[in-house]
Amino acid sequence: MATIAELGIRYRSGEATPTGVVRAYLERIEALNPQVRAYFTVTRDTALAQAEAAEKRLKAGAPLGLLDGIPLAIKDVICTKGIRTACGSKILEPFVPPYDATVIARLGAAGAIILGKTNMDEFAMGSSTENSAFFPTRNPWDLGRVPGGSSGGSAAAVAADLALGALGSDTGGSIRQPAAFCGTVGLKPTYGRVSRYGLVAFASSLDQIGPFARDVRGAALILQAIAGHDPLDSTSTEVPVPDYTAALGRGIEGLRVGVPAEYFIEGMDPEVEAAVRAAIDVLKGLGARTEKVSLPHTDYALAAYYLIAPAEASSNLARYDGVKYGYRAAGGKDLIQMYGRTRAEGFGAEVKRRIMLGTYALSAGYYEAYYGKAQRVRTLVRRDFQQAFERVDLLVCPTAPSVAFKLGDKEDPLQMYLCDVFTIPVNLAGLPGLSLPGGFTATGLPIGLQLIGKPFDEATLLSAAYAYEQVTPWHTRAPELA
Amino acid sequence: MAEPKITLAEVEHVARLARLDLSEPEKKRMRFQLDAILTYIDKLRRLDTDDVEPTSHAIPMVNVMREDEVRPCLPTEEMLANAPEREGDFVRVPRIIEE
Amino acid sequence: MSRAADYEDVIGLEVHAQLLTRSKMFCGCPTTFGGAPNSQTCPICQGMPGVLPVINRRAVEFAMRTALALHCTINSGCRFARKHYYYPDMPKNYQISQYEEPLAVEGWLEIEVGGQVKRIGIQRVHLEEDVGKLVHEGTLETARASLVDFNRSGVPLMEIVSKPDIRSPEEAAVYFKALRAILIYLGVCDGNMEEGSLRCDTNVSIRPRGSSELGTKVEVKNLNSFKNVQQATAYEGERQRMAITSGQTIVQETRLWEADRSYTLSMRSKEYAHDYRYFPEPDLVPLKVEQRWADQLRTTLPELPVERQRRFVSQYGLPAYDADLLTQSRALADYYEAAVREYPKPKVVSNWVMSELLRELLGDDEAAISKSPIPPRNLARLLALIEDGTISGKIAKDVFEKMYRSGEDAETIVRREGLVQVADAGALGAVVGQVLASNPGAVEDWKKGKKQSLGFLVGQVMKATQGKANPALVNQLLLERLPKEP
Repeated sequence: MATIAELGIRYRSGEATPTGVVRAYLERIEALNPQVRAYFTVTRDTALAQAEAAEKRLKAGAPLGLLDGIPLAIKDVICTKGIRTACGSKILEPFVPPYDATVIARLGAAGAIILGKTNMDEFAMGSSTENSAFFPTRNPWDLGRVPGGSSGGSAAAVAADLALGALGSDTGGSIRQPAAFCGTVGLKPTYGRVSRYGLVAFASSLDQIGPFARDVRGAALILQAIAGHDPLDSTSTEVPVPDYTAALGRGIEGLRVGVPAEYFIEGMDPEVEAAVRAAIDVLKGLGARTEKVSLPHTDYALAAYYLIAPAEASSNLARYDGVKYGYRAAGGKDLIQMYGRTRAEGFGAEVKRRIMLGTYALSAGYYEAYYGKAQRVRTLVRRDFQQAFERVDLLVCPTAPSVAFKLGDKEDPLQMYLCDVFTIPVNLAGLPGLSLPGGFTATGLPIGLQLIGKPFDEATLLSAAYAYEQVTPWHTRAPELA
Repeated sequence: MAEPKITLAEVEHVARLARLDLSEPEKKRMRFQLDAILTYIDKLRRLDTDDVEPTSHAIPMVNVMREDEVRPCLPTEEMLANAPEREGDFVRVPRIIEE
Repeated sequence: MSRAADYEDVIGLEVHAQLLTRSKMFCGCPTTFGGAPNSQTCPICQGMPGVLPVINRRAVEFAMRTALALHCTINSGCRFARKHYYYPDMPKNYQISQYEEPLAVEGWLEIEVGGQVKRIGIQRVHLEEDVGKLVHEGTLETARASLVDFNRSGVPLMEIVSKPDIRSPEEAAVYFKALRAILIYLGVCDGNMEEGSLRCDTNVSIRPRGSSELGTKVEVKNLNSFKNVQQATAYEGERQRMAITSGQTIVQETRLWEADRSYTLSMRSKEYAHDYRYFPEPDLVPLKVEQRWADQLRTTLPELPVERQRRFVSQYGLPAYDADLLTQSRALADYYEAAVREYPKPKVVSNWVMSELLRELLGDDEAAISKSPIPPRNLARLLALIEDGTISGKIAKDVFEKMYRSGEDAETIVRREGLVQVADAGALGAVVGQVLASNPGAVEDWKKGKKQSLGFLVGQVMKATQGKANPALVNQLLLERLPKEP
């Protein structure tokens, strides 16, 4: 099992060719996807055509960059021109975008090959990928367990080596939590670092696209290709993009690492806590200075998130009405009936719940008490981080309070929401967060270690993660699939 | 069990605002699930936020604008390719009745 | 029992102006009117999944110019908000508009009604996007289906809301007219009401004279001419007076003006339909208007209609009526001033512009005037030909029409058609002799003291010369030959 960087070297030495590699991946997908169910759509023909083009460039000695010829998987929440983009939803099942998301255009310009679109929780709402309208994705480490979510398909594809890397989206932990559950690296960049143009919106002020890869360098290479200002996204910033791979070797000698007390809570899996504490010792051993910090409003972040995200979602999802694109329910006598039935039949239970919650929170008489209040609490959460970052360079903590759970284990919506308790505050504050393999349970399930950085300081996150990865064996393990 | 924070009538009102035709069992289930979530969310009331400004974006930015330049449109056929129902170059919808 | 006359109107106007930008409010699609259905759209103005809006800078600056011209305070921070309701012409099922933090607030506009100058307060100026267009198969009530064209979706609109300072339907019409003139002067809106570039809703309530409280207001939509604004406002005020004086109460509602049938019709909709669930648009960041930006725009403001009208009165000595009419459009006022520079008799030029030019032109807007086949210089030359006696005023009107049809200048037409005025006493004398000889009856009348017969005889001379005779000279010659004062 190669990494992105290793495959790049083999391409350049002629040991491997893009067409050969893509064919091998397509075969592997054919063999293993029926078990893992990571992909919703496999784009066989376009992938082969892209591989041939990459091969020509490599043969001519003129590759587009370090991602040229690298096969990736794309979460089905990201619009791909001419390729169905269903977002895990029946309501978008027939939708074929006539445009590419900016990240897709950028990956294309870097020569990356798209193997297909990955399964996800409907409209990215969920933490297990069980909310996909089509089928649940399985965790490659234990097919009876969930891969996490909402980017479960992308995480599982990378973990099962059905792609070398992938794109996901993260609104409250949807990259980092599945990365933790599947034992891959997953990075949610700073809000505004990567263009959201063409990312089907869930909660606009929180959504961010980011990479999955098996190692830190792979995540850095993908981020390098997709980061940077986009005039099509008013919330994308003009902050310059540093050379992320150059930062990898920086080391962490003298780095000030904060350990937030509120992220070690009662009821969390003791194996997770033990692994994270051991990882903190590893960082110390590498020369980092750790200290306790406090993020006192952590306990309120989840509640604030479950007002802000549903409110924005209820608005963003208003457009799915059977008029312009997507599913339309049959038999509506008039417009009101058509709307009501289309949306009732087209959306799944979790999406309906959040639309209801968000609509309620924005409705007359409740705005200040709910949405307004949540936006103020968001300020408090953000201030917590600002104060912590006056003293430390990054924070280290668990990605999730537990490891991957069994399919069907969390029927109660609130229990499912609690999976994201350590990832949500990062989205509210707009910060970069990275999850990387930090150990395994006795039963062989991956444990995620989360690093949280200052705004636009993905380089420090990546260099710390890389330093840790160099001295730990976790990323070299692979699930056994037959 | 305490009186739920949201009534069935409110569930129906919100479902109408959101254009969701919920079945009777769905409405009942929704009411209790929303109630549990709203009860959890109630913890926010413990925080005094009177002097706290709201955050709508974590990364503050202002004045992002584009120049007034015309860009190519999407050809009509490409636009209508996704429409569930069309008539000529129009998108067709069932008759509109006011509520 | 209260009487209708005891109540006064309290009126506020909401005007929507389509801005003259090249591209839409949040995407690069063109704003031109009349394209084939769904030919001027893109994923952004169709509200496709994942697309994002980006603010058009010119639209913001147009709204700022308007706000400055209306003496508004431009908010140092303003924001867009989403306004939610479901309708098939609105692709996202929310409209990007402004709510709690509009671009500008608290301004005023001066109007003149019955010789009195009055200030109408401006509550707010804000930006928003237009919706698409619905075509119903049959009427809205009977249609089995409707068709949607998204070409207009996302076209920039500016909403200008007045305070309830208007007290009569006439004031409402005058205010709307004055506002339209300002928008046209600023070059931010073409003011074309037929194409819907300028639309108006009016809020009407009534209250006992002398009261300072506001009554229940009714919004009347669908007003697209000055006449409609005045008639609909008058109708609605009357309707409310009749309701109240007969003991009914006014219901807060929206009514539609049916121009063909001249009445307002209730658009019944339940209260929940108005829960717009506004919240700050998370896909856009706030606008921060630095003083420098506003100041720089202020320096680009043109002279506005009211100022220009006053100047026309003082500088050219024009009657207020002329000055008002000539300054309704910036293009027309520019035309007038260009002509006066070439032919410095302001009242003469004014008469010709108001009567002859405006009769021929299809409108008084920029486009109509710039396409006028008679440029100001040509009008001035025509007037000069009258003054120097080359042609008569009557002939000049024919020449004007010919100039308008052909685009030629006056000299060319006059020369080609031999229209030069006969001002030679010898030649005219002969004609005068013939006319006197062949109209003995008129001469007799003159002798009997019927002075009107002089006019008849002048007319006969003019007829005989196909209008080319100099009327003053004809008069003089006739008086010389007719018997002295009878």
